[in-house]
Amino acid sequence: MYPQVIHQTDKPILNVQNLSVRYNGRVALEDINFHLHVGERVAVVGPNGAGKSTLFKVVAGVLQPNQGVVTISGSNPLVHQCIAYIPQRSQVDWTFPVNVADVVMMGRNAKLGLFKLPSKKDWDYVNHVLETVQLIDLSKRQINQLSGGQQQRMFIARALAQEAELMLMDEPLTGLDTPAQESLLELLDTLKGQNVTVMVATHDLEQASRHFDRIMLLNHKIIAFDKPSSVMKTENLLQAYGARLRSVHGEENLLALDDECCGDESEHEHH
Amino acid sequence: MNIIDLLSSPLQYEFMLRGMIAAVMVGIVCAVIGTFVVLRGMAFFGDALAHTILPGIALGYLISGNAREVLFWWALGTAIFASLGIGAISKQAQLKEDTAIGIIFAGMFALGIALISTVRSYAVDLSHFLFGDVLGVSTQSLWLILIFGGIVLLTVIAFYKEFTTISFDPILALTLRLPVNLLNNLLLILIAVTVAVSLQTVGVALMVAMLVTPAATASMLTHRLPVMMILAAGIASFSSVVGLYLSYYFSIASGSAIVLTATFLFILGFLWKRAKSI
Repeated sequence: MYPQVIHQTDKPILNVQNLSVRYNGRVALEDINFHLHVGERVAVVGPNGAGKSTLFKVVAGVLQPNQGVVTISGSNPLVHQCIAYIPQRSQVDWTFPVNVADVVMMGRNAKLGLFKLPSKKDWDYVNHVLETVQLIDLSKRQINQLSGGQQQRMFIARALAQEAELMLMDEPLTGLDTPAQESLLELLDTLKGQNVTVMVATHDLEQASRHFDRIMLLNHKIIAFDKPSSVMKTENLLQAYGARLRSVHGEENLLALDDECCGDESEHEHH
Repeated sequence: MNIIDLLSSPLQYEFMLRGMIAAVMVGIVCAVIGTFVVLRGMAFFGDALAHTILPGIALGYLISGNAREVLFWWALGTAIFASLGIGAISKQAQLKEDTAIGIIFAGMFALGIALISTVRSYAVDLSHFLFGDVLGVSTQSLWLILIFGGIVLLTVIAFYKEFTTISFDPILALTLRLPVNLLNNLLLILIAVTVAVSLQTVGVALMVAMLVTPAATASMLTHRLPVMMILAAGIASFSSVVGLYLSYYFSIASGSAIVLTATFLFILGFLWKRAKSI
Protein backbone atom coordinates (compact mmCIF):
# COMPACT_ATOMS: atom_id res chain seq x y z
CA MET A 1 0.00 0.00 0.00
CA TYR A 2 2.85 2.40 0.68
CA PRO A 3 5.37 2.42 -2.23
CA GLN A 4 9.10 2.99 -1.81
CA VAL A 5 11.39 4.52 -4.40
CA ILE A 6 15.05 5.33 -4.78
CA HIS A 7 15.97 8.86 -5.79
CA GLN A 8 18.25 9.48 -8.74
CA THR A 9 20.46 12.13 -7.25
CA ASP A 10 21.83 13.31 -10.59
CA LYS A 11 18.31 14.42 -11.64
CA PRO A 12 16.68 17.68 -10.50
CA ILE A 13 14.43 17.21 -7.48
CA LEU A 14 11.60 18.66 -9.57
CA ASN A 15 11.36 18.87 -13.34
CA VAL A 16 8.25 20.23 -15.09
CA GLN A 17 7.91 20.07 -18.86
CA ASN A 18 5.17 21.42 -21.17
CA LEU A 19 2.66 21.31 -18.34
CA SER A 20 -0.91 22.39 -19.07
CA VAL A 21 -4.00 22.06 -16.85
CA ARG A 22 -7.56 22.96 -17.80
CA TYR A 23 -10.70 22.98 -15.66
CA ASN A 24 -13.88 22.63 -17.69
CA GLY A 25 -12.26 24.19 -20.71
CA ARG A 26 -10.64 27.06 -18.82
CA VAL A 27 -6.89 27.27 -18.77
CA ALA A 28 -5.43 27.10 -15.26
CA LEU A 29 -1.83 26.48 -16.30
CA GLU A 30 -0.33 26.68 -19.75
CA ASP A 31 3.00 25.49 -21.07
CA ILE A 32 4.87 25.50 -17.76
CA ASN A 33 8.56 24.54 -17.96
CA PHE A 34 11.05 24.74 -15.07
CA HIS A 35 13.21 22.67 -12.80
CA LEU A 36 14.42 22.95 -9.20
CA HIS A 37 17.64 21.71 -7.65
CA VAL A 38 17.93 20.09 -4.25
CA GLY A 39 17.77 22.60 -1.41
CA GLU A 40 16.48 25.50 -3.50
CA ARG A 41 13.94 27.88 -2.03
CA VAL A 42 11.48 29.36 -4.44
CA ALA A 43 8.59 31.77 -3.98
CA VAL A 44 5.67 31.44 -6.39
CA VAL A 45 4.05 34.84 -6.75
CA GLY A 46 0.96 35.78 -8.71
CA PRO A 47 -2.57 37.15 -8.40
CA ASN A 48 -5.50 35.15 -7.04
CA GLY A 49 -6.51 32.40 -9.44
CA ALA A 50 -3.12 32.48 -11.18
CA GLY A 51 -2.84 28.70 -10.79
CA LYS A 52 -0.47 28.52 -7.82
CA SER A 53 -2.49 25.90 -5.92
CA THR A 54 -3.06 23.98 -9.14
CA LEU A 55 0.67 23.91 -9.86
CA PHE A 56 1.40 22.61 -6.35
CA LYS A 57 -1.27 19.92 -6.61
CA VAL A 58 0.05 18.71 -9.95
CA VAL A 59 3.62 18.66 -8.60
CA ALA A 60 2.40 16.69 -5.55
CA GLY A 61 0.76 14.15 -7.86
CA VAL A 62 -2.66 14.91 -6.37
CA LEU A 63 -4.02 16.32 -9.64
CA GLN A 64 -3.34 14.90 -13.09
CA PRO A 65 -2.32 17.40 -15.79
CA ASN A 66 -4.02 17.49 -19.19
CA GLN A 67 -0.64 17.71 -20.81
CA GLY A 68 3.03 17.58 -19.91
CA VAL A 69 5.29 15.68 -17.59
CA VAL A 70 6.30 16.19 -13.95
CA THR A 71 9.20 14.22 -12.55
CA ILE A 72 10.54 14.11 -8.99
CA SER A 73 14.22 13.06 -8.93
CA GLY A 74 13.69 11.44 -12.30
CA SER A 75 10.41 9.57 -11.65
CA ASN A 76 6.65 10.10 -11.53
CA PRO A 77 5.39 11.99 -8.43
CA LEU A 78 2.94 9.15 -7.73
CA VAL A 79 5.74 6.84 -6.54
CA HIS A 80 7.10 9.42 -4.08
CA GLN A 81 6.09 9.95 -0.46
CA CYS A 82 8.63 12.70 -0.01
CA ILE A 83 6.41 15.53 -1.29
CA ALA A 84 4.61 17.46 1.41
CA TYR A 85 1.69 19.71 0.47
CA ILE A 86 0.92 22.18 3.22
CA PRO A 87 -2.66 23.40 2.73
CA GLN A 88 -4.01 26.91 3.11
CA ARG A 89 -5.22 27.29 6.65
CA SER A 90 -8.76 28.06 5.46
CA GLN A 91 -8.92 24.59 3.87
CA VAL A 92 -8.38 22.75 7.17
CA ASP A 93 -11.08 21.50 9.57
CA TRP A 94 -9.62 22.96 12.76
CA THR A 95 -12.37 21.44 14.95
CA PHE A 96 -11.21 17.90 14.09
CA PRO A 97 -10.58 16.07 17.40
CA VAL A 98 -6.79 15.76 17.16
CA ASN A 99 -3.94 17.45 18.98
CA VAL A 100 -0.68 18.79 17.55
CA ALA A 101 1.26 15.55 18.07
CA ASP A 102 -1.54 13.52 16.43
CA VAL A 103 -1.41 15.66 13.29
CA VAL A 104 2.38 15.46 13.09
CA MET A 105 2.22 11.68 13.57
CA MET A 106 -0.09 11.46 10.51
CA GLY A 107 2.96 12.44 8.48
CA ARG A 108 4.62 9.19 9.58
CA ASN A 109 1.79 6.95 8.35
CA ALA A 110 3.72 5.94 5.25
CA LYS A 111 6.84 5.09 7.25
CA LEU A 112 4.74 3.10 9.72
CA GLY A 113 2.93 1.00 7.13
CA LEU A 114 -0.39 -0.79 7.44
CA PHE A 115 -1.73 -2.20 10.72
CA LYS A 116 1.20 -0.75 12.71
CA LEU A 117 0.87 1.58 15.63
CA PRO A 118 3.54 4.22 16.27
CA SER A 119 6.47 2.90 18.30
CA LYS A 120 8.47 4.87 20.85
CA LYS A 121 10.94 5.62 18.06
CA ASP A 122 8.17 7.26 16.02
CA TRP A 123 7.03 9.36 18.99
CA ASP A 124 10.65 10.36 19.57
CA TYR A 125 10.85 11.45 15.95
CA VAL A 126 7.65 13.46 16.30
CA ASN A 127 8.96 15.13 19.46
CA HIS A 128 12.22 15.89 17.68
CA VAL A 129 10.51 17.68 14.77
CA LEU A 130 8.21 19.48 17.21
CA GLU A 131 11.33 20.78 18.91
CA THR A 132 12.69 21.92 15.54
CA VAL A 133 9.58 24.05 14.95
CA GLN A 134 9.43 25.09 18.62
CA LEU A 135 6.04 23.57 19.33
CA ILE A 136 7.10 20.87 21.78
CA ASP A 137 5.36 22.62 24.68
CA LEU A 138 2.10 22.67 22.74
CA SER A 139 2.19 19.06 21.54
CA LYS A 140 -0.93 18.10 23.50
CA ARG A 141 -2.95 21.14 22.41
CA GLN A 142 -6.09 20.71 20.38
CA ILE A 143 -5.28 22.21 16.95
CA ASN A 144 -8.05 24.78 17.24
CA GLN A 145 -6.22 26.44 20.13
CA LEU A 146 -3.14 27.33 18.09
CA SER A 147 -2.39 30.73 16.61
CA GLY A 148 -2.09 31.02 12.84
CA GLY A 149 1.70 30.93 12.95
CA GLN A 150 1.69 27.90 15.25
CA GLN A 151 -0.73 26.12 12.89
CA GLN A 152 1.70 26.68 9.99
CA ARG A 153 4.64 25.45 12.04
CA MET A 154 2.66 22.34 12.99
CA PHE A 155 2.25 21.53 9.29
CA ILE A 156 5.97 22.08 8.70
CA ALA A 157 6.59 19.63 11.53
CA ARG A 158 4.23 17.18 9.83
CA ALA A 159 6.17 17.59 6.58
CA LEU A 160 9.40 16.90 8.47
CA ALA A 161 7.81 13.83 10.09
CA GLN A 162 6.90 12.72 6.57
CA GLU A 163 10.64 13.13 5.81
CA ALA A 164 9.65 15.40 2.96
CA GLU A 165 12.32 16.46 0.49
CA LEU A 166 10.04 18.79 -1.44
CA MET A 167 7.79 21.06 0.61
CA LEU A 168 4.95 22.88 -1.15
CA MET A 169 3.41 25.58 1.03
CA ASP A 170 0.19 27.18 -0.14
CA GLU A 171 -0.09 30.79 1.10
CA PRO A 172 1.52 30.10 4.49
CA LEU A 173 1.99 33.80 5.25
CA THR A 174 -1.58 34.87 4.54
CA GLY A 175 -3.44 36.01 7.63
CA LEU A 176 -0.36 36.03 9.87
CA ASP A 177 0.84 39.15 11.64
CA THR A 178 4.33 40.42 10.84
CA PRO A 179 6.18 38.80 13.77
CA ALA A 180 4.56 35.43 12.97
CA GLN A 181 5.51 35.82 9.30
CA GLU A 182 9.09 36.64 10.20
CA SER A 183 9.42 33.70 12.58
CA LEU A 184 8.00 31.37 9.91
CA LEU A 185 10.49 32.67 7.35
CA GLU A 186 13.31 32.24 9.87
CA LEU A 187 12.19 28.65 10.42
CA LEU A 188 12.35 28.06 6.66
CA ASP A 189 15.88 29.48 6.74
CA THR A 190 16.93 26.95 9.37
CA LEU A 191 15.57 24.12 7.22
CA LYS A 192 17.98 25.11 4.50
CA GLY A 193 20.69 22.94 6.02
CA GLN A 194 18.50 19.82 5.78
CA ASN A 195 18.43 19.75 1.96
CA VAL A 196 14.68 20.30 1.91
CA THR A 197 13.57 22.01 -1.29
CA VAL A 198 10.85 24.56 -0.57
CA MET A 199 8.22 26.15 -2.83
CA VAL A 200 6.08 28.82 -1.19
CA ALA A 201 3.05 30.46 -2.77
CA THR A 202 2.71 34.02 -1.55
CA HIS A 203 1.16 37.39 -2.30
CA ASP A 204 3.91 39.36 -0.64
CA LEU A 205 6.37 40.42 -3.34
CA GLU A 206 8.58 42.31 -0.97
CA GLN A 207 9.01 39.39 1.45
CA ALA A 208 9.47 37.02 -1.46
CA SER A 209 12.36 39.06 -2.79
CA ARG A 210 14.04 39.22 0.62
CA HIS A 211 13.79 35.58 1.66
CA PHE A 212 13.93 33.39 -1.43
CA ASP A 213 16.64 32.29 -3.85
CA ARG A 214 14.40 32.57 -6.85
CA ILE A 215 10.96 33.95 -7.60
CA MET A 216 8.49 32.45 -10.04
CA LEU A 217 6.05 35.06 -11.31
CA LEU A 218 2.98 33.11 -12.37
CA ASN A 219 -0.25 34.00 -14.07
CA HIS A 220 -1.39 30.82 -15.85
CA LYS A 221 1.98 30.99 -17.61
CA ILE A 222 5.40 31.57 -16.11
CA ILE A 223 6.11 35.26 -16.70
CA ALA A 224 9.52 35.26 -15.10
CA PHE A 225 11.54 32.80 -13.03
CA ASP A 226 14.85 34.10 -11.80
CA LYS A 227 16.65 35.66 -8.89
CA PRO A 228 14.55 38.37 -7.18
CA SER A 229 16.37 41.39 -8.63
CA SER A 230 15.77 40.19 -12.18
CA VAL A 231 12.12 39.28 -11.63
CA MET A 232 11.00 42.41 -9.83
CA LYS A 233 10.80 44.59 -12.89
CA THR A 234 7.90 46.79 -13.85
CA GLU A 235 7.23 45.06 -17.16
CA ASN A 236 7.09 41.62 -15.49
CA LEU A 237 4.82 42.81 -12.73
CA LEU A 238 2.55 44.57 -15.21
CA GLN A 239 2.29 41.37 -17.17
CA ALA A 240 1.40 39.36 -14.07
CA TYR A 241 -0.97 41.76 -12.42
CA GLY A 242 -2.21 43.90 -15.32
CA ALA A 243 -4.66 46.59 -14.34
CA ARG A 244 -4.31 45.80 -10.67
CA LEU A 245 -0.84 47.30 -10.74
CA ARG A 246 -0.58 51.06 -10.65
CA SER A 247 2.46 53.23 -10.59
CA VAL A 248 2.38 55.81 -7.86
CA HIS A 249 4.44 58.93 -8.36
CA GLY A 250 5.94 59.82 -5.03
CA GLU A 251 9.40 60.73 -3.95
CA GLU A 252 10.62 57.60 -5.63
CA ASN A 253 8.98 55.76 -8.46
CA LEU A 254 6.78 53.30 -6.55
CA LEU A 255 4.54 50.53 -7.74
CA ALA A 256 1.39 49.84 -5.75
CA LEU A 257 -0.48 46.61 -6.00
CA ASP A 258 -4.23 46.55 -5.61
CA ASP A 259 -4.50 42.87 -4.85
CA GLU A 260 -7.68 42.00 -3.02
CA CYS A 261 -6.11 39.15 -1.21
CA CYS A 262 -8.40 36.91 0.71
CA GLY A 263 -6.11 33.94 1.07
CA ASP A 264 -8.53 31.67 -0.72
CA GLU A 265 -7.21 30.71 -4.04
CA SER A 266 -9.94 28.22 -4.73
CA GLU A 267 -9.86 28.17 -8.49
CA HIS A 268 -10.86 24.52 -8.52
CA GLU A 269 -14.25 24.94 -7.04
CA HIS A 270 -15.34 27.95 -8.99
CA HIS A 271 -14.61 27.17 -12.60
CA MET B 1 -40.13 -3.25 44.25
CA ASN B 2 -36.50 -2.33 44.78
CA ILE B 3 -34.06 -1.14 42.17
CA ILE B 4 -32.46 -4.55 41.69
CA ASP B 5 -35.79 -6.16 40.94
CA LEU B 6 -36.65 -3.25 38.68
CA LEU B 7 -33.52 -3.85 36.63
CA SER B 8 -33.43 -7.63 36.73
CA SER B 9 -37.07 -8.55 36.26
CA PRO B 10 -37.19 -7.77 32.51
CA LEU B 11 -34.05 -9.85 31.99
CA GLN B 12 -35.78 -13.06 33.09
CA TYR B 13 -37.28 -13.10 29.60
CA GLU B 14 -34.89 -14.44 27.04
CA PHE B 15 -36.23 -12.18 24.28
CA MET B 16 -35.50 -9.22 26.53
CA LEU B 17 -31.95 -10.41 27.18
CA ARG B 18 -31.32 -11.01 23.46
CA GLY B 19 -32.77 -7.59 22.66
CA MET B 20 -30.53 -6.00 25.26
CA ILE B 21 -27.36 -7.62 23.89
CA ALA B 22 -28.35 -6.77 20.31
CA ALA B 23 -29.13 -3.15 21.19
CA VAL B 24 -25.84 -2.67 23.04
CA MET B 25 -23.80 -4.17 20.18
CA VAL B 26 -25.64 -2.06 17.59
CA GLY B 27 -25.13 1.02 19.75
CA ILE B 28 -21.38 0.44 19.92
CA VAL B 29 -20.99 -0.27 16.20
CA CYS B 30 -23.14 2.70 15.18
CA ALA B 31 -21.26 5.02 17.53
CA VAL B 32 -17.80 3.99 16.31
CA ILE B 33 -18.64 4.23 12.60
CA GLY B 34 -20.80 7.26 13.42
CA THR B 35 -17.72 9.09 14.68
CA PHE B 36 -16.43 9.16 11.09
CA VAL B 37 -19.93 9.98 9.80
CA VAL B 38 -20.03 13.05 12.07
CA LEU B 39 -16.45 14.17 11.38
CA ARG B 40 -16.89 13.85 7.62
CA GLY B 41 -20.34 15.49 7.58
CA MET B 42 -22.07 12.40 6.18
CA ALA B 43 -25.23 12.44 8.33
CA PHE B 44 -27.49 12.98 5.32
CA PHE B 45 -25.72 10.17 3.47
CA GLY B 46 -26.33 7.82 6.41
CA ASP B 47 -30.01 8.76 6.62
CA ALA B 48 -30.45 8.35 2.87
CA LEU B 49 -28.65 5.02 2.85
CA ALA B 50 -30.89 3.62 5.59
CA HIS B 51 -34.03 4.62 3.68
CA THR B 52 -32.69 3.45 0.33
CA ILE B 53 -32.45 -0.17 1.43
CA LEU B 54 -36.21 -0.48 2.02
CA PRO B 55 -37.02 -1.85 -1.48
CA GLY B 56 -34.33 -4.50 -1.00
CA ILE B 57 -35.90 -5.58 2.27
CA ALA B 58 -39.34 -5.43 0.66
CA LEU B 59 -38.21 -7.72 -2.14
CA GLY B 60 -36.83 -10.18 0.38
CA TYR B 61 -40.09 -9.92 2.32
CA LEU B 62 -42.14 -10.71 -0.80
CA ILE B 63 -39.93 -13.59 -1.88
CA SER B 64 -39.05 -15.28 1.36
CA GLY B 65 -41.59 -14.04 3.86
CA ASN B 66 -40.93 -12.51 7.22
CA ALA B 67 -37.91 -14.53 8.38
CA ARG B 68 -35.61 -11.92 9.92
CA GLU B 69 -32.40 -13.89 9.38
CA VAL B 70 -33.09 -14.01 5.65
CA LEU B 71 -34.07 -10.34 5.54
CA PHE B 72 -30.69 -9.48 7.06
CA TRP B 73 -28.92 -10.72 3.93
CA TRP B 74 -31.29 -8.77 1.69
CA ALA B 75 -30.64 -5.66 3.76
CA LEU B 76 -26.88 -6.22 3.68
CA GLY B 77 -26.77 -6.71 -0.08
CA THR B 78 -28.95 -3.69 -0.79
CA ALA B 79 -27.05 -1.49 1.65
CA ILE B 80 -23.63 -2.27 0.12
CA PHE B 81 -24.99 -1.78 -3.40
CA ALA B 82 -26.72 1.48 -2.42
CA SER B 83 -23.75 2.91 -0.50
CA LEU B 84 -21.36 2.45 -3.42
CA GLY B 85 -24.07 3.71 -5.80
CA ILE B 86 -24.74 6.86 -3.78
CA GLY B 87 -20.99 7.33 -3.37
CA ALA B 88 -20.54 7.23 -7.14
CA ILE B 89 -23.48 9.59 -7.77
CA SER B 90 -22.02 12.10 -5.29
CA LYS B 91 -19.02 12.46 -7.58
CA GLN B 92 -21.10 13.39 -10.62
CA ALA B 93 -21.37 17.12 -11.15
CA GLN B 94 -24.77 17.12 -12.89
CA LEU B 95 -26.77 18.01 -9.79
CA LYS B 96 -25.77 19.17 -6.34
CA GLU B 97 -24.84 16.17 -4.23
CA ASP B 98 -27.58 16.53 -1.63
CA THR B 99 -30.24 17.06 -4.31
CA ALA B 100 -29.18 13.91 -6.14
CA ILE B 101 -29.13 11.88 -2.92
CA GLY B 102 -32.51 13.32 -1.88
CA ILE B 103 -34.19 12.30 -5.14
CA ILE B 104 -32.83 8.77 -5.05
CA PHE B 105 -33.49 8.10 -1.41
CA ALA B 106 -37.10 9.32 -1.45
CA GLY B 107 -37.79 7.41 -4.67
CA MET B 108 -36.30 4.19 -3.34
CA PHE B 109 -38.13 4.59 -0.03
CA ALA B 110 -41.43 5.05 -1.88
CA LEU B 111 -40.69 1.97 -3.98
CA GLY B 112 -40.07 -0.03 -0.82
CA ILE B 113 -43.37 1.06 0.73
CA ALA B 114 -45.21 0.34 -2.53
CA LEU B 115 -43.78 -3.19 -2.66
CA ILE B 116 -44.55 -3.95 0.97
CA SER B 117 -48.09 -2.54 0.68
CA THR B 118 -48.97 -5.18 -1.92
CA VAL B 119 -49.08 -7.69 0.90
CA ARG B 120 -52.29 -7.66 2.91
CA SER B 121 -51.79 -6.97 6.61
CA TYR B 122 -48.47 -5.33 5.86
CA ALA B 123 -48.83 -2.58 8.45
CA VAL B 124 -47.21 -4.40 11.38
CA ASP B 125 -44.25 -5.65 9.37
CA LEU B 126 -43.72 -2.26 7.75
CA SER B 127 -43.61 -0.57 11.11
CA HIS B 128 -40.99 -3.10 12.23
CA PHE B 129 -38.84 -2.23 9.23
CA LEU B 130 -39.29 1.47 9.85
CA PHE B 131 -38.90 1.61 13.60
CA GLY B 132 -37.25 -1.65 14.57
CA ASP B 133 -38.40 -4.70 16.52
CA VAL B 134 -35.64 -5.26 19.01
CA LEU B 135 -37.70 -7.61 21.16
CA GLY B 136 -38.17 -9.91 18.18
CA VAL B 137 -34.45 -10.61 17.75
CA SER B 138 -33.95 -14.37 17.39
CA THR B 139 -30.85 -16.20 18.54
CA GLN B 140 -29.77 -16.57 14.94
CA SER B 141 -30.28 -12.85 14.27
CA LEU B 142 -28.32 -12.03 17.38
CA TRP B 143 -25.37 -14.05 16.07
CA LEU B 144 -25.52 -12.21 12.75
CA ILE B 145 -25.52 -8.88 14.60
CA LEU B 146 -22.57 -9.91 16.78
CA ILE B 147 -20.50 -11.32 13.90
CA PHE B 148 -21.05 -8.51 11.40
CA GLY B 149 -20.86 -5.84 14.10
CA GLY B 150 -17.58 -7.40 15.20
CA ILE B 151 -16.26 -7.32 11.62
CA VAL B 152 -17.04 -3.59 11.40
CA LEU B 153 -15.29 -2.86 14.70
CA LEU B 154 -12.19 -4.91 13.79
CA THR B 155 -11.93 -3.23 10.37
CA VAL B 156 -12.13 0.23 11.95
CA ILE B 157 -9.38 -0.72 14.40
CA ALA B 158 -7.21 -2.18 11.62
CA PHE B 159 -7.50 0.90 9.38
CA TYR B 160 -7.83 3.43 12.19
CA LYS B 161 -4.91 5.66 11.21
CA GLU B 162 -5.71 5.51 7.50
CA PHE B 163 -9.40 6.39 8.07
CA THR B 164 -8.36 9.24 10.35
CA THR B 165 -5.93 10.60 7.77
CA ILE B 166 -8.35 10.48 4.81
CA SER B 167 -10.97 12.17 6.99
CA PHE B 168 -8.75 14.96 8.29
CA ASP B 169 -6.63 15.70 5.23
CA PRO B 170 -7.33 13.78 2.02
CA ILE B 171 -4.49 15.59 0.22
CA LEU B 172 -1.99 14.38 2.83
CA ALA B 173 -3.37 10.87 2.33
CA LEU B 174 -2.78 11.25 -1.41
CA THR B 175 0.79 12.49 -0.98
CA LEU B 176 1.48 9.54 1.34
CA ARG B 177 0.19 7.52 -1.65
CA LEU B 178 -2.58 5.89 0.32
CA PRO B 179 -5.28 4.31 -1.88
CA VAL B 180 -7.75 7.04 -0.93
CA ASN B 181 -10.57 5.87 -3.23
CA LEU B 182 -10.33 2.33 -1.96
CA LEU B 183 -10.37 3.50 1.66
CA ASN B 184 -13.34 5.80 1.00
CA ASN B 185 -15.26 2.91 -0.52
CA LEU B 186 -14.30 0.64 2.37
CA LEU B 187 -15.71 3.22 4.77
CA LEU B 188 -18.93 3.39 2.72
CA ILE B 189 -19.20 -0.41 2.87
CA LEU B 190 -18.68 -0.36 6.66
CA ILE B 191 -21.48 2.19 7.00
CA ALA B 192 -23.65 -0.09 4.85
CA VAL B 193 -22.90 -3.15 7.02
CA THR B 194 -23.70 -1.05 10.10
CA VAL B 195 -27.06 -0.10 8.60
CA ALA B 196 -27.89 -3.74 7.90
CA VAL B 197 -26.83 -4.77 11.40
CA SER B 198 -28.95 -2.03 12.99
CA LEU B 199 -32.07 -2.65 10.96
CA GLN B 200 -33.80 -4.85 13.50
CA THR B 201 -33.09 -2.80 16.58
CA VAL B 202 -33.79 0.76 15.41
CA GLY B 203 -35.30 0.44 11.92
CA VAL B 204 -34.55 2.52 8.85
CA ALA B 205 -36.34 5.70 9.94
CA LEU B 206 -34.37 6.20 13.15
CA MET B 207 -31.03 4.78 12.04
CA VAL B 208 -29.40 8.15 11.44
CA ALA B 209 -29.93 9.02 15.10
CA MET B 210 -27.82 6.07 16.21
CA LEU B 211 -25.11 6.99 13.70
CA VAL B 212 -24.96 10.66 14.59
CA THR B 213 -26.33 11.50 18.04
CA PRO B 214 -23.95 9.59 20.38
CA ALA B 215 -20.91 10.63 18.30
CA ALA B 216 -22.04 14.25 18.29
CA THR B 217 -22.53 14.15 22.07
CA ALA B 218 -19.05 12.69 22.52
CA SER B 219 -17.54 15.33 20.22
CA MET B 220 -18.65 18.01 22.69
CA LEU B 221 -16.92 16.28 25.59
CA THR B 222 -13.43 15.59 24.20
CA HIS B 223 -10.81 16.75 21.70
CA ARG B 224 -9.24 13.34 21.11
CA LEU B 225 -10.53 10.99 18.46
CA PRO B 226 -9.98 7.67 20.30
CA VAL B 227 -11.62 9.11 23.43
CA MET B 228 -14.48 10.38 21.30
CA MET B 229 -15.07 6.89 19.87
CA ILE B 230 -15.02 5.20 23.27
CA LEU B 231 -17.27 7.86 24.82
CA ALA B 232 -19.69 7.62 21.90
CA ALA B 233 -19.79 3.83 22.27
CA GLY B 234 -20.45 4.22 26.01
CA ILE B 235 -23.19 6.78 25.46
CA ALA B 236 -24.82 4.63 22.78
CA SER B 237 -24.82 1.43 24.83
CA PHE B 238 -26.12 3.30 27.88
CA SER B 239 -28.91 4.75 25.71
CA SER B 240 -29.75 1.28 24.41
CA VAL B 241 -30.03 -0.22 27.88
CA VAL B 242 -32.00 2.69 29.36
CA GLY B 243 -34.18 2.85 26.26
CA LEU B 244 -35.08 -0.84 26.53
CA TYR B 245 -36.05 -0.50 30.19
CA LEU B 246 -38.20 2.52 29.35
CA SER B 247 -39.76 0.52 26.55
CA TYR B 248 -40.47 -2.38 28.91
CA TYR B 249 -41.99 -0.39 31.72
CA PHE B 250 -43.85 2.30 29.77
CA SER B 251 -44.73 0.27 26.67
CA ILE B 252 -42.93 2.70 24.33
CA ALA B 253 -41.71 1.42 20.97
CA SER B 254 -38.15 0.27 21.69
CA GLY B 255 -36.38 2.05 18.80
CA SER B 256 -37.85 5.40 19.71
CA ALA B 257 -37.13 4.89 23.41
CA ILE B 258 -33.43 4.27 22.60
CA VAL B 259 -33.21 7.27 20.29
CA LEU B 260 -35.02 9.54 22.75
CA THR B 261 -32.57 8.55 25.50
CA ALA B 262 -29.62 9.31 23.20
CA THR B 263 -31.20 12.65 22.27
CA PHE B 264 -31.73 13.49 25.93
CA LEU B 265 -28.04 12.78 26.62
CA PHE B 266 -27.09 15.01 23.69
CA ILE B 267 -29.13 17.87 25.16
CA LEU B 268 -27.44 17.32 28.54
CA GLY B 269 -24.03 17.42 26.87
CA PHE B 270 -24.98 20.52 24.92
CA LEU B 271 -26.16 22.35 28.05
CA TRP B 272 -23.01 21.26 29.93
CA LYS B 273 -20.84 22.61 27.14
CA ARG B 274 -22.76 25.88 27.06
CA ALA B 275 -22.50 26.25 30.83
CA LYS B 276 -18.77 25.57 30.69
CA SER B 277 -18.12 28.19 28.02
CA ILE B 278 -19.96 30.98 29.87
